[in-house]
Amino acid sequence: MQRHIDQELAELKSQILRMGTLVESQIEGSIKALVDRDVDLASRIIERDTLVNSLDVDIDENCMRLLALQAPAAGDLRFVTTAMKISTELERMSDLAENICERVIELNEEPQLKPYIDIPRMANWTMQMVRESLDAFVRSDSAQARKVCTDDDFVDNLTHQLFRELLSFMIENPGTITRAIRLTFIGKYLERIADHATNVSELVVYMVEGKIVRHTTPPVLSDNEA
Amino acid sequence: MMTTQVQTTPAMKAEAKELSFYYGGTGQALKSISLGLADRHATALIGPSGCGKTTFLRCLNRMHDLYPGNRYAGSVVLYPDGINIVDHTIDPIEIRMRVGMVFQKPNPFPTSIYENVAYGMRIRGSMTRSDLASVVEQSLKDAALWPEVKDRLHSLAYNLSGGQQQRLCIARALATGPEMLLFDEPTSALDPTATARIEELVTELKQRVTIVIVTHNMQQAARVSDYTAFMYEGELVECDRTHKIFTNPANKLTEEYITGRFG
Amino acid sequence: MFLRNAIDKSTERDRLRQRLVQRRRRDHAFALASLAVMIGASLVLLALLGQLVYDGIGRISWQFLSSYPSRFPSQAGILSAWIGTALVMLLTALTAVPLGLGAAIYLEEYAPKNWMTDLIEINITNLAGVPSIVYGLMALGLLVYQFHLGQSFLTAGLTLAMLILPMVIIATREAVRAVPPQIREAAYAVGATKWQTVRDHVVPYSMGGMLTGMILALSRAVGETAPLITVGALSFIAFLPHPPLQSEFPFFSAQWLFDPFTVMPIQMFNWVSRPQEDFHINAAAAGVILLVMTLVMNAVAIVIRARFRRRIHW
Repeated sequence: MQRHIDQELAELKSQILRMGTLVESQIEGSIKALVDRDVDLASRIIERDTLVNSLDVDIDENCMRLLALQAPAAGDLRFVTTAMKISTELERMSDLAENICERVIELNEEPQLKPYIDIPRMANWTMQMVRESLDAFVRSDSAQARKVCTDDDFVDNLTHQLFRELLSFMIENPGTITRAIRLTFIGKYLERIADHATNVSELVVYMVEGKIVRHTTPPVLSDNEA
Repeated sequence: MMTTQVQTTPAMKAEAKELSFYYGGTGQALKSISLGLADRHATALIGPSGCGKTTFLRCLNRMHDLYPGNRYAGSVVLYPDGINIVDHTIDPIEIRMRVGMVFQKPNPFPTSIYENVAYGMRIRGSMTRSDLASVVEQSLKDAALWPEVKDRLHSLAYNLSGGQQQRLCIARALATGPEMLLFDEPTSALDPTATARIEELVTELKQRVTIVIVTHNMQQAARVSDYTAFMYEGELVECDRTHKIFTNPANKLTEEYITGRFG
Repeated sequence: MFLRNAIDKSTERDRLRQRLVQRRRRDHAFALASLAVMIGASLVLLALLGQLVYDGIGRISWQFLSSYPSRFPSQAGILSAWIGTALVMLLTALTAVPLGLGAAIYLEEYAPKNWMTDLIEINITNLAGVPSIVYGLMALGLLVYQFHLGQSFLTAGLTLAMLILPMVIIATREAVRAVPPQIREAAYAVGATKWQTVRDHVVPYSMGGMLTGMILALSRAVGETAPLITVGALSFIAFLPHPPLQSEFPFFSAQWLFDPFTVMPIQMFNWVSRPQEDFHINAAAAGVILLVMTLVMNAVAIVIRARFRRRIHW
């Protein structure tokens, strides 16, 4: 039986997708601005963050309306509450992309410290995590969501690697400290974006299976039975 | 470090064990139902029309005995003494003195308010007039009706509003001191305010009396009950804690019914 | 295009309006026809009653009410007749009411739903339509000759009781059926036995309907002539039955049950059959008295019913 609420739930899903796509492009754009040393691009990305914020507010209002008027139950209820939380995670990801752009603008006041290899690698991996977690949401695929959670380790390792390298730069040559610290921050932001992608995946697992796996360690996540 | 809620399984008041029921004219209505009813908790029975929830309810106080041709199979064990409610050698009157019922449409007797509540104890013949009066008063208080009727106990029950009449029927059922109280869609004929009052009442009463409530209104089941049982076409599909049924039911059919995809 | 649609719509509306006028006219015609029929029937009834009252009212006097029948019309009275009617009605009511109530309640509440019960029900419905003289013949053979009850009040009362019993049973059953099942279920649900439910709820709440049925049945019985003639009502009874109360032990006498009897319709019939005009006037006067007795009996029953209805409000 086709219900009126199905239409609204589909609309909510595509809203999340639109926001997700926008956030992905924010992240991608911020790294491009870093690599290309493009200050204009960085400024545009910072401005576009307001668009992401208004999408977040919209999604929140839609979810509240659905809860109040339709009183969804079971799977529908989990979907709506998950959607609310995912939009929050996406909004934080976009804030972090904005932060990256702020650091990019600051970095452009000085010459490039070193060729950027690790950071773009981290960024690609992170963006893949974001893409896959949103994909898992759209397709209600909890297996894929669980996989994304385990990908987080790779990003964490890359972050530590980046920090050690930049630390040796800073020790060798104190004049590089401001640039190195800014780059460290960018690495930290990317690691946090990956964490938010992990959060989205954990939320997807809850939505599909009804099991709360947030704040648990990976061995639990890879189990089939909790 | 996660703390898990420790959920103790409460004691059972009654337990249906492979209960089947056959109507005289139309055949099998209940198919081997095994369901526990938790003591001093409320269990809701939900399901689409014709699924057998009212049929099951009426087995619990042998109401089907009033009409010819009906037959029970299996058992419903009533604790703590362990008798089988649907055993034909057990007198249904004895069961009905321990298991009360409130019906869908308020059905007070066309006599006074006092007479309505007193009838159940009066026909047992063992009470003095003053004892009877205090039972009537206590029952009306338990049913949250006393303040509204205490000055007109001997006026006709029919002069009360629909919601008041239903509370009167609850008082009437409570007067006999039942161990279990059965509600058959008690608010479907009432307006929202009266409905809310009855739901409040059920939430209070369930701490003292085991309650089984059949309802079409899923939000009502969600608000009022501790356990929810979903029935479909004469079978029990799923029974679990209410919050689990409404956030994450185990059975796909349950999920479809609760989200309104059928029924 | 728009204009065409507008014109079509307005012609459509006109047509509907015309049809509505037609329907209204037919409605009025039917109402008028019903009114005419009712007035016609009432006029006929009023004419008959009027004729009766006009003929008889002058003859009614204390003497008329307290005299026995006589060969002389001016001395004849209806004492034995109206007392006879009263006593026979009393016996009829006392017999038919408990039997009818009991049978109806048994059939409705206790009897199992099988072919035997169906057979009994069909028989009762048929008996309601049996001509009253057949009851008279049956009573003659059974009560008068077989049981040796003689041509007495007892026989008359029992005969009429049997006559109206099917009506009482049918009306009582309808009244009992009208008690909603929800009320019965409510009684059972608090632990009442079948007898308690019937006694405390079914019977009191159906009393109104039962009494209505009894009023109708007794009203029919009061005018029955054929069966009473058959069981031997006499039309010249110049005495009253033995009094039921005595001043000596055992204070209550059943002798009157076995005394010969007469009733008002029979007395009227007897007078109408005579050639003298004055006897016809007597008959008309007796008819008026009979009407009054019927009305009084109905009034008593209605008052009883009203008292029941006030206590238990439907």
